[in-house]
This record gives sequence, structure tokens and C-alpha cells, in this order.
Amino acid sequence: MGVEGIGARVVRKEDRRFITGQGRYVDDVKMVGMSYAHFIRSPHAHAKVKGIDSAEAMKMPGVIAVLTGQQIVDDKVGNLICGWAITSKDGSPMKMGAWPAMAPETVRFVGQAVAVVIAETKNQAKDAAEAVVVDYEELPAAADIKAAIKPGAPQLHPEAPGNIVYDWHIGDEAAVKDAFSKAANVVTLDLTNNRLVPNAMEPRAAIAHYDQAEEHYTLYTTSQNPHVARLVLSAFYNIAPEHKLRVIAPDVGGGFGSKIYIYPEEMVALWASKKVNRPVKWTGDRTEAFLTDAHGRDHVSKAEMAFDKDNKILGLRVKTHANFGAYMSLFSSAVPTYLYATLLSGQYVIPAIYAEVIGVYTNTTPVDAYRGAGRPEASYLVERMMESAARQLKVDPAELRKKNFITAFPYQTPVIMAYDVGDFHASIDAAMKAIDYAGFPARKAKAKADGKLRGIGFSCYIEACGIAPSKAVGSLGAGVGLWESAEIRVNPVGTIEVLTGSHSHGQGHETTFCQIIAERLGVPISQVSIVHGDTDKVQFGMGTYGSRSLAVGGTAIVKAMEKVEAKAKKIAAHALEASESDIVIENGEFKVTGTDKSIALPMVALAAYTAHNLPEGMEPGLKETAFYDPTNFTFPAGAYICELEVDPGTGKTSFVNFVAADDFGRLINPMIVEGQVHGGLAQGIGQALLEGAVYDGTGQLVTASFMDYSMPRADDLPSFQLSHTTTLCPGNPLGVKGCGEAGAIGASAAVINAITDAIGNNKLEMPATPDRVWHAIHG
Amino acid sequence: MSTVKLTVNGKAVSVDVEDRTLLVHLLRENLNLTGTHVGCDTSQCGACVVHVDGRAVKSCTMLAGQAAGSNVTTIEGLAKGDELHPMQAAFRDNHGLQCGYCTPGMIMSAVDIVHRHGGKLDEETVRQELEGNICRCTGYHNIVKAVLDAAGRMKVAQAAE
Repeated sequence: MGVEGIGARVVRKEDRRFITGQGRYVDDVKMVGMSYAHFIRSPHAHAKVKGIDSAEAMKMPGVIAVLTGQQIVDDKVGNLICGWAITSKDGSPMKMGAWPAMAPETVRFVGQAVAVVIAETKNQAKDAAEAVVVDYEELPAAADIKAAIKPGAPQLHPEAPGNIVYDWHIGDEAAVKDAFSKAANVVTLDLTNNRLVPNAMEPRAAIAHYDQAEEHYTLYTTSQNPHVARLVLSAFYNIAPEHKLRVIAPDVGGGFGSKIYIYPEEMVALWASKKVNRPVKWTGDRTEAFLTDAHGRDHVSKAEMAFDKDNKILGLRVKTHANFGAYMSLFSSAVPTYLYATLLSGQYVIPAIYAEVIGVYTNTTPVDAYRGAGRPEASYLVERMMESAARQLKVDPAELRKKNFITAFPYQTPVIMAYDVGDFHASIDAAMKAIDYAGFPARKAKAKADGKLRGIGFSCYIEACGIAPSKAVGSLGAGVGLWESAEIRVNPVGTIEVLTGSHSHGQGHETTFCQIIAERLGVPISQVSIVHGDTDKVQFGMGTYGSRSLAVGGTAIVKAMEKVEAKAKKIAAHALEASESDIVIENGEFKVTGTDKSIALPMVALAAYTAHNLPEGMEPGLKETAFYDPTNFTFPAGAYICELEVDPGTGKTSFVNFVAADDFGRLINPMIVEGQVHGGLAQGIGQALLEGAVYDGTGQLVTASFMDYSMPRADDLPSFQLSHTTTLCPGNPLGVKGCGEAGAIGASAAVINAITDAIGNNKLEMPATPDRVWHAIHG
Repeated sequence: MSTVKLTVNGKAVSVDVEDRTLLVHLLRENLNLTGTHVGCDTSQCGACVVHVDGRAVKSCTMLAGQAAGSNVTTIEGLAKGDELHPMQAAFRDNHGLQCGYCTPGMIMSAVDIVHRHGGKLDEETVRQELEGNICRCTGYHNIVKAVLDAAGRMKVAQAAE
């Protein structure tokens, strides 16, 4: 490795603009003649829209237009789509109601837009919105899963009787029944996976501009995947054909999944920009983020695990109800099915698995993929089950896990996934050593003497990243391919631009991707630029989510580089009058191996563009493209152990130590990888201790601000102790797996397992607030 | 409308704003200093922290008019030309930022924390003091490291002056 190559802890190239206030986020962009949008949103969870009176609002200063849901329907703007078709057990397709960008007739969650005011200033738009009178006829609401599936529940969509979107299953029901009939012990567990609000620190925003002369739209948007946004806006929402629509996602202040989707506000901004013939800007406030960004998780599950007399797992049976909210968001259907149930084997040999998943509509904000997306729910279930089983079977939780670990790879689970590689013993051993597991009983005894309840909890997670291959996900119902593209442009002076379809919104691509180039060519990273986030610059890309950027996007860069290098070697061999096979690349030079003859990259590049002396028949230029479709998922895995103390008097939890031993394959920039893990751990701990979206019985979101929804803050969290074990991913040339979501996937179970260990009561739901913990201790 | 006169990053400015205008909006909309961010509407997240007369203030909690006559420093005014403030450098060197959105407010708060505590900073104090700044990316681990690192650098810089 060079000082800036693979494995180097290079400080980030992008940081200078962020630490000096020069980042350029959507709300920082201004356009000449810009107007401002403010949405009028339903205060009711379920209601008929009887009428909208905007006469007074139109008379107010600065008001340009008040546009309603009926107008957007009249203009034939398409309804929002769900891009992954799931088929129920009985063979029927999933049952979905229509989701218009603004509701013309019925609102189904608090915060759903019914109209938008466009005005000269933001304040004028807000003032005028106060004067718009919407006549609602309130309807009874179903605010959670239980309320939505009971007989006589309010019905959200006529297309989905009983509020059931689908009743899906996976695995072998008969084999599981057989396994349970032979069981020496059965462990059962009822779990709720609490609903989370993403809360990227930058609220969503959009600026739409319509160029009348060119009939061309430009959209600045807070997106993780601008090309997918353009595709969907074109193909499904009829805003404009793709060549007449440019989508730019500049600096984006965090995504975590919530900025994958194409939301009503972007659609309305584009549509309105043509209607009023002015650029239209919308910037959400935090309350709007709470009410309208797709939420995450929200499962209610029942699980049973069968063990033989030697404590080997025989089978797992799971029934999960998943809350989808009021509408099916873009990838929502896939989250509790192919991103959840397919990971229920965890790190273990489980000969038989059967899972049923019932998707349910409720009068709440739509739910979709969020920071782990299905995998945290699976990991939490499996790892709480293993800890519960260890307690019931009276064996050490580490030993029970070790006894059941998968050790031979590749390993085909009963639920689709084929794990390619891993070493689960290595991770748990590293974590146990780091936390001094052997010394725990003494530490617990000492804590007891001090009046504290000390506990330790494990979580051995596995996840699937770089979701692929396209053909396979297509056969499972995905509406898109999941490859990535890269284009490498070597300029005539030898500087390099890498155009990628991945999108960075905190991940550090501008550094990591440069390191891949630096490793291959031996050039400094200052000579390389990463270009992303603009559909006019990058031809196409699938964006960043599911920890896919390096495994898929990075590999596309490698593939394009291989083509660039092959051509450059030909040029160098021609110039040096050597055989192409004798050319090696070192420190930015093309050398004839075993000689002192060499030619520097800029001279090769210049030769490619002057084209004065190229090999016979070679095209000028030095630019190559690759589209890379992976052959399999990647499977990051690891072991987390949490040690904490509970104050029995207050129920308050304090961390003693949190260790993580992750296997992400090869690390390109360990500093960035560690940062990704820290953030994920904070999310997992936040879910375990603090966070939870609360709706009241009428469907009002009670936790709709940072005053009410408990975000993890610096003093809620410990410093983390990280380490890595390594098995290289055989599925891509970099050997990388993905690290963005691991912490969020693995941490929650470790925390709850530690608290339940400390208090000696396994019945504890997330978030384990002091109130809940106190009641779990004292009954 | 009122005319508000104040000093921002060492420059005297005079801005006509609606009376209800918040300081953060004056900075972002009228002065194009978009490094100061808005992350919430309840003065909880701290993305908008600037220095008013040398003290950290959430600029979404202050009317522009209240800042009249004040000396305001934003993230854009922290570095001395090309030379980063030690806190900025420490955030970069310790990977104390990811998406960068909370970063300006974090840095401005952190500078204030070091000023107030001097050399007596420890991890627990930093964590408590950062309670008013929310980050969703980093888990705070490297932010805390950066602040402690910068506290050392600032002490050295002060001693050198």
C-alpha cells in the first residue's frame, strides 16, 4: 500500500469545504426569480377532503398560486409507486391503494399534503397557508398494527381488505413442523421492533426550475440516488422525459435510507415550477421531516426456536406483522420480506426455517428502508432469541452461539442466502478478549457490592450488502437492476476524473474512491477527482444505500480502471518500443519491467489525445466506462458485546464498555470504516435505549420534534472499542463487504441482552427507558 | 422592516429585514453565509450555532434585531485565511465529520467549550457540553476526540502567542 493507497488512513478530501462552511447543500442554492413553496398538510390521520378554499390566501401579499391535489390529478401526474412486487402465500399480488402526490379526496396520515402555496418569500407562503381553509370530514383511524387488523377496523384502501397488503412466507413449513416435533427444548419470544424516525440532520429540500424555451427541467434535491429519481419522475410520474430532466443531488446532509425515495414534495415542486413558470424552492422543517420522511422498522413478531438435547438448533419459526403506514413507499415491500426474513438464519446452522410476514396498512407515516432495513429487525430477533435460549437452557451465551456457528463456506441457508465467506469464531473471540469476558463475574460481583446491577450482552450479527445480482432481484420482484456504473476520464495532462453512480452523503467517497485509483496507478489522490450526484455528468447509476457503494460502485471503478490501464499499457508499449506484456505501472509511471525505460502517466495521456503516434488502428482518447453487476450479496458479520450497569433505584442504564469486532473484508480507509461503525452503533444503541416514534390512538404523532423524540446525544453514548477480523469477500476484486449499516444492525440486541442480563428479567422492549427498566426490575 | 447593523466576521454590515427575521436567516438569506445550517425548529440540534460577542449562540433562537450592534462570527470567519482554526483542523484530522451538516455548529460550539473550560476538559465534560448539538452520522466518538485534541492544540497556540 502507498501512503494514499488501499489500507491508508487518509484524511478526507471533502472535509475542507465542510469545516469551513463551504459545503453546498440544496437549501444553499439560490436561483434568479426563485419562489417558495409551503405545503398545507392534514392535521387528521384519516379524513375526507370536502373542499379547499384558497380565495383569501390568494389575496395575500406575494402569493403566486395555491395548487391542490385535484389539479395534480387533473394534470395526469402519476401516483407514487412501490418498486418491488411481493406475492402473497396464496399467489395473489400485493394489494395497494393509490398514493397521489397531494391528496385530492382522502388523507390517510397526519402530515399528508393536500395543497401547496407558492409565494415570493418563504414567510409569505407560510402566512398564506394559514389563510387556506380546508374542510375535512374526520374518519376513524387505525394508528397501529393491532388496531388495523382487528375486526371492524377502519379501512384505509378499498384495494386492501382488512388493511392487509400481503401475507407472505418463506422457507419450509413442513420441515419446521417436523423439527419442532423432535425438539428437546423450545424457546419462544414475543418482540416489538420499535418505529424509528430517520432524522438526517439536513431536512429534505428541493429546487425545481422549468426552462420554457428548452422545455427542460432541473431539480436540485436531497437524494441518495439522483438517477433513480430522474427515472421514476420520468417513467412513472410523467413530469418530463429523462433527456429533458436534470437531477442534481449536491452535498446531502445524511440519508440513512430516508433520501432514497422520490417524495411528493419533489414531484410537486417540479410540476409547480412549470405551472407558475418560476423556480420553486421547498425546504422542509424538522416537523415536516418527522411527519413525512419514511419511518423505519415497526415490527411485531412471535418467534420460536427448537433445540435438540445437545443444544443444537433444529428449527426456527417466525411470524411478523410489519407496519407500512398509510401508503406503500418505494422499496417498503421488500424490507420485511427479502431484506429481513432472508437473514433469519443469522450466523447459525438452522436446518429448517419458516417465516410468515403480514404487511399492514395503518394511518401513520409510510415506512420504508432505514439504516439497515430489515436486517436490524432480523438480527435483533435472532440475537435476542440466542440469549434467551442460553438463559433458558442454562448455558453460556457465547458457548451456545459457538456450538451453532456456521463454519463451512459457502453455506446455503434455508432462506435464499448463500453466505460466501466468514469466520464467526474469530469475531466472537476477538470481542470476548477485548471486553475481558473471563473477568466479568468478578466485575459483576464488585458492582453488586456498590449497589449496581451489571450485565453483559452479546450480538453476533450477519447482514447482506451490495444487494444483487440484478437478474436474481428481478426474479424476486424488484423493479430495478442493482448494478453500478463508473467512468474514468484520464485528461490529457494526466489528471483523472472518476464519474460514479454512487452518491456520497457522508460516506467519504471523494477520498475512498481516490485511494483505489492511487493504489492502482501510484498517483497522489490530489490528482484525482470524484464526480457524482448530477445526471448531466454521470450517465447512470443506482445510488448509495444498503452499504453497496464500495462493493458495487467501487468494483465498477476497478473494472473501468482495468480497461483504462489496458489501453494505456498499449500506448506506453508502443512509445517505449516494448512488448505490452512487459509494461508495469508503478508510482504513476509505465515501466518496461527489468529495464530503466519508462514513460509517465501524463505523457501516455497526452499521447492518447494528440494521437500523433498511437498503435495502428487505436482510437484516440483515454476514457473508459464499466457497468458492474455483482454475482452475489456480500456478507459483513461481526460480534458486539455490551457491558453496562443499571441503577436499580432509577432504572437508568450506564455503559461500562462496548466492543465491536467486525469483518468487512478488506478496508480501503480504516479511519472512515471506523467512523461508519461508530455512527451505526449510535443508531443501534439509540433504538435500544432512547428512540421510538409514538402515535396516540387517533394517529397523532406525539413524538414529532427533537423535544419529544429522543435522539442519541453525546452524553448518552460511550466511546467504542473497535477491532476487525478479516475474511476477504470472494465476490469482488477488492475483497470488500460494506460497513455502513453494521452498527445499526448489531448493536440493539447487545444492549438489550446486557440490560436483561443485569436485571434478571427477559421481558423488556425497546426503547428500554429508565421507566421501562425500573418496572422490569420492580414489577 | 427594520435596518439591523452588526459586524459579521469582522465586516460591518447593514441589512433591512422583517422584524420577525431570525439571526440564522439574516446570515443565510441576506448575507449568503450558508455555512450556518438549520436542522430543527425547536433550538435543539445546534446546527446553527455561531458566536455572538464571543459566546456560542443558537442563531435560530435569536432575532436578527437582537444581534444589532453585536460582533458575530460564523464558521466562514473562523479560519485565518488559509490557516484553519485548530478546532477545524482537529475535526478533519480525527474524522469528526461525515455528512458535514452538523459540523459548522459543532465546531462553533466546541470552540466555545474549550474557551470556557480551558485546560480542564475531559471526555465526560465534552460529552455533557455537546448535549445541545445533534449528529446523526458519527456517534460522537470522533467528535469528542477532535474536541479534546483541539483543546490541546489551542492551549499550545495560546502559549505561543
